[in-house]
Amino acid sequence: MPDWNMLTLVGADRPGIVSRVTRALYTCGCNLGEASMIRLGGNFTIMLMVSGERPCEELMAAVRPVAEELGLRIHLDAVPGGLHRHLVPNLQVRVFGADRAGIVADVTEILAEHGFNILELESDVAGDAQHPVYIMNIQGYCERTIEEVQTALSALSTQGVSVDVAPVDILIG
Amino acid sequence: MAILDILKLPDPRLKQVSEPVERFDEDLQGFVADLEETRLAGPAAVGIAAPQVGRFQRIVIVDVSGRPKTPNHGHLILVNPEIVHWEGYAIGREGCLSVPDYTGNVIRATGIRLKAQDLDGRETEYAMEGYEARAVQHEMDHLDGLLFVDRVVSRRTDLYRRKVYQT
Repeated sequence: MPDWNMLTLVGADRPGIVSRVTRALYTCGCNLGEASMIRLGGNFTIMLMVSGERPCEELMAAVRPVAEELGLRIHLDAVPGGLHRHLVPNLQVRVFGADRAGIVADVTEILAEHGFNILELESDVAGDAQHPVYIMNIQGYCERTIEEVQTALSALSTQGVSVDVAPVDILIG
Repeated sequence: MAILDILKLPDPRLKQVSEPVERFDEDLQGFVADLEETRLAGPAAVGIAAPQVGRFQRIVIVDVSGRPKTPNHGHLILVNPEIVHWEGYAIGREGCLSVPDYTGNVIRATGIRLKAQDLDGRETEYAMEGYEARAVQHEMDHLDGLLFVDRVVSRRTDLYRRKVYQT
């Protein structure tokens, strides 16, 4: 039984989006869970877990006026919570190279073949419009050795893509 | 011997600054034995600090000797520890017995020189690097009422707080 909603909001970036949206949700009696909020290009993106005690219609009604005013598109899905069960990454894969179509698919296909579970992927396009550079940082969990993953990815370096695999060490103190 | 209760966020006592140890007696030895038992009872912690169990004295235990290929000084009981020199910095991911189900990236010095007393009050100086130095810095923060969540930096931008100079 889904007890949470995943609220997605996307629109042109401007100051005040987060405060307006979260105030509206609070006023409607919602609790917030984990979230990813980040500027991608000129857009501000929100993926936000909202407790599902309020009916979806009520939640949408609370957010819609703010979204319309700020020019945000909204999407809402009921989801299971799954909180308090963080998976801990043990490998980090850093990739960069001259931007070309297919880098992400090439890298992540190889990772998937090795049972690599991506927990987080962030990517940026650096450089300038004439010479874009693609930079990607992946953290995940994989039971295969770092050498196996490295060897599998090394084929990509002949295609001008720099790939580096490093352990993620977590210190618990 | 006893397993002690670990204070967890948001317990305000974790922000308390601990006092120096002045008496090196049986009570101290008994407490450190309990602290070590508590460390070992939890999830694979390489260190623990006295204030994490509600005793606000400057005592930490660090042991990274179980980790492969890691320079270390073995099992360390550090009483009244003081870092006298820092160098370099690196980002690493940390978690904490007092902050369950959360890990974050923290910048720490890569090399430190440290003065500390042992259970008999004898002072020793250590030069540490890497993972062991990180563990000591993490534990010593507890003595000053700081948690790693006070120092977490963004994964994306690897920012660190600009140092504020007092005039």
